[in-house]
Amino acid sequence: MRGEVPGPVLLELRGISLSFGGVHALREVEFRIHQGEVCAIIGPNGAGKSSLLNVINGVYAPDAGTIHFGGETRRSMRPHRAAEQGIARTFQNIALFKGMSVLDNVMTGRALKMKRGVAWQALYWGPAEREELQNREAVERIIDFLQIEHVRKTPVGRLPYGLQKRVELARALAAEPKLLLLDEPMAGMNIEEKQDMCRFILDANDELGVTVALIEHDMAVVMDIADRVVVLDYGRKIADGAPEAVRADPAVIAAYLGVATDADRRAIAEAS
Amino acid sequence: MPAPDTFPRLLTAHSRERGDQPAIREKDLGIWQTHTWAGALAEVRSLAAGLHRLGLRRGETLAIVGDNRPRLYWAMDAAQALGAIPVPLYQDAVAEEMAYVLGNAEVRIAVVEDQEQVDKLLEVRGRCPALQLLIYDDPRGLRHYDRAVLRDYGDVQAAGRELERDQPGFFEAEVERGRSSDVAIMLYTSGTTGTPKGVMLTHDNLIVTARGGIERERLTDREEVMAYLPMAWVGDNLFSYAQGHVAGFCVSCPESADTVLTDMREIGPSYFFAPPRVLENLLTQVSIRMEDAARPKRWLYRRFMGVARRWGPAILEGKAVPLAARLTYGVGDLLIYGPLRNVLGFSRIRVAYTAGEAIGPDLFQFYRSLGVNLKQLYGSTETSVFVCIQPDGQVKPDSVGTPAKDVEVRVSSEGEVQVRSPGVFHGYHRAEVATREAKTADGFFRTGDAGFFDEDGHLKIIDRARDVGRLADGTLFAPKYLENKLKFFPFIKEAVAFGDRREFVTAFVCIDLLAVGNWAERRSLPYTGYTDLAGQAPVLDLVQGCVEEVNADLARDPRLAGSQIHRFLVLHKELDADDGELTRTRKVRRGFIAEKYAPLVQALYAGAPTVQVETQVRFEDGRTGLIRAQLAIREARTVGRASQRAA
Repeated sequence: MRGEVPGPVLLELRGISLSFGGVHALREVEFRIHQGEVCAIIGPNGAGKSSLLNVINGVYAPDAGTIHFGGETRRSMRPHRAAEQGIARTFQNIALFKGMSVLDNVMTGRALKMKRGVAWQALYWGPAEREELQNREAVERIIDFLQIEHVRKTPVGRLPYGLQKRVELARALAAEPKLLLLDEPMAGMNIEEKQDMCRFILDANDELGVTVALIEHDMAVVMDIADRVVVLDYGRKIADGAPEAVRADPAVIAAYLGVATDADRRAIAEAS
Repeated sequence: MPAPDTFPRLLTAHSRERGDQPAIREKDLGIWQTHTWAGALAEVRSLAAGLHRLGLRRGETLAIVGDNRPRLYWAMDAAQALGAIPVPLYQDAVAEEMAYVLGNAEVRIAVVEDQEQVDKLLEVRGRCPALQLLIYDDPRGLRHYDRAVLRDYGDVQAAGRELERDQPGFFEAEVERGRSSDVAIMLYTSGTTGTPKGVMLTHDNLIVTARGGIERERLTDREEVMAYLPMAWVGDNLFSYAQGHVAGFCVSCPESADTVLTDMREIGPSYFFAPPRVLENLLTQVSIRMEDAARPKRWLYRRFMGVARRWGPAILEGKAVPLAARLTYGVGDLLIYGPLRNVLGFSRIRVAYTAGEAIGPDLFQFYRSLGVNLKQLYGSTETSVFVCIQPDGQVKPDSVGTPAKDVEVRVSSEGEVQVRSPGVFHGYHRAEVATREAKTADGFFRTGDAGFFDEDGHLKIIDRARDVGRLADGTLFAPKYLENKLKFFPFIKEAVAFGDRREFVTAFVCIDLLAVGNWAERRSLPYTGYTDLAGQAPVLDLVQGCVEEVNADLARDPRLAGSQIHRFLVLHKELDADDGELTRTRKVRRGFIAEKYAPLVQALYAGAPTVQVETQVRFEDGRTGLIRAQLAIREARTVGRASQRAA
């Protein structure tokens, strides 16, 4: 995708506002993701990045604005509708089933693809078995793709953090999403793990054709893998464009480094 | 009809005689996929024809880079069928090493596993003008690459099938033109000194040697073998490829390097090869897990391992053992040894070899006491592996056994072991001087190892001939012997001993992060990483204990008592092949290390209590970084007369 013309718009948010009591998490945010791109959402702590992802996959219902996805325009998403329509995500704090094996965890990503009811599943033979086999094969492809064969049968709770993050990505990919939302996929990783993760994300984008929106703090990573960067600050979108352009934007630099106001200067002078 | 005398002829014969028997297996998407001999031949035929279309001609080379995969083994078959010479490369080699080999072997076409290898070869392409084409197995991630230099393995085969349609009998005609005296493969030696050299082995070298080994161990076409060691290494070539082709048994490729243990358990090999390092890692893992087990289990384990040590090897060798001991061992087998063998994937092993480096006697006896018929083997790339093997029933932990079939072994007046056999190599590629130096006038290969025959005619190897030195007072100093003694402790991963022309012996030690880390955890000893852990006083105490045990052991042998270790330090980083400190087969490069860490060696002899060090390290992606540390130098207690000299 990198360096090519952006594809058609896959998801569009118009005038999204969201507040919790007096806190304005998002203010009239306009946001679009094009088919096939890797879009990074950055901003200082509390800028509203996770809230934005939560609005996209329906965890939060915005106070105002519309969400346009999959040919429909809505006031808000519902998580299960989002999943059915092809939006998958990973979480900032790993949300896996710790006691279950990697394989079983990734299988849960296929839940929506399994059509047979509880009765069939319990009986197992016949159609349910065929379905299980098909889905297991799909899961094995993902396991191969993310190179986690060696821990296939290991309970997730026993894996190091970096691998758990990879398993979470595997579960999201198992749902064969159109849009993949990643909330800080590389937080707490060392350089080597980050490089691996970057490659997996780019490969997923490239080989599986998944559109990716990710929140990330490591600017080197963002500049490396994103086609487009969106910057939020205090719930507002302050920049949106190619990585190089965004990096040079004075508003972005101010948001990250901070601009001292007159009031700050007075406070510092009084304290010293 | 004469016995097939080249690899493609062997392949053709197996396809005819046991076409539907398994030839090679690989685990794909979690399931073992089996290819029969007939299937393998079909793959090889189309690949060979495809390679011919791409211009691969008799006498040219074909590089092969990647993990053990059926498709890469078929590339070897295909090259040999065309009379070309396969050159497998170490897949984890850094770019410069690859560039050297590719240049030296004048490689034009390479068959590689995946994107990682493609990237590496593209990186060195500027330095290897001859390299024109890369054929890849796994297309993942390669979509946006320059198509001019890349070909898909499947597409090459498809083109080959077209050629076969146009010219029926093409493959047979090519195979017919092959001679058993042709060079079958070129393997680059790891080179503990100097640049790697391409060892040319002929079909005769490999097939005759492989056949000798098969007869000696009575191997059949029903053996199960794991191909998990680097394809560039002569061991894998002989055990997986050559013997597989001669005996017709099935070889299984693990899913990935990280899954070997699980895959071993699923396959249950009957014929197994492991360098001491692998066996050591397994034992370390077992020891750690036993330390973590509940108290009754630990008691049971210790109790029965004691019985095994006492009687296991004798029972394995079929010697007379008291009935009571036999019964206790039987109970142990039920409770401990059997399950342990099962966990390790050793349940079906009939013959297991270890070689490549001397193995610690305790480590060696551990496996034998469990009932695993582990035997030492002595050989090198230049001799197609087999020189000496320990015969069944006469296994002595400190010797490498008696000469293999048709192998003549002699010890020169300088104490060097020399070998003449059908397996002795044809020559080094483009290095006639080196070839002449490596062989004596009467055709013996100079191994460069120091050794002697004991009273039973078993060969004993002490060290590399040029590494064996003398202390200032003339005491024998065999560094590897000392290092191996240290390395047997699960806490010590690597050791480097110094002492040639010195007053006394000193050593560098590298801890085993897994074992010491676990030990530290159980003592609630916090640490951030290798450097931190290696510098902690309790860890130094632990290592000191090991060194002193070695000293006590050395003191028992009057020949070696003088080479007790007086001072040591624990290095701040693990020795790494990427930093040039180990060879690709993970042998310590002592000279290089002594040079690189000269200030540390100096400090060991100067008697300083600490020393400051700063080292550049190379990461896998080629970038470098710095490690700084303050290292403590410890004095170890020595036993007997040696201690006076230390004062």
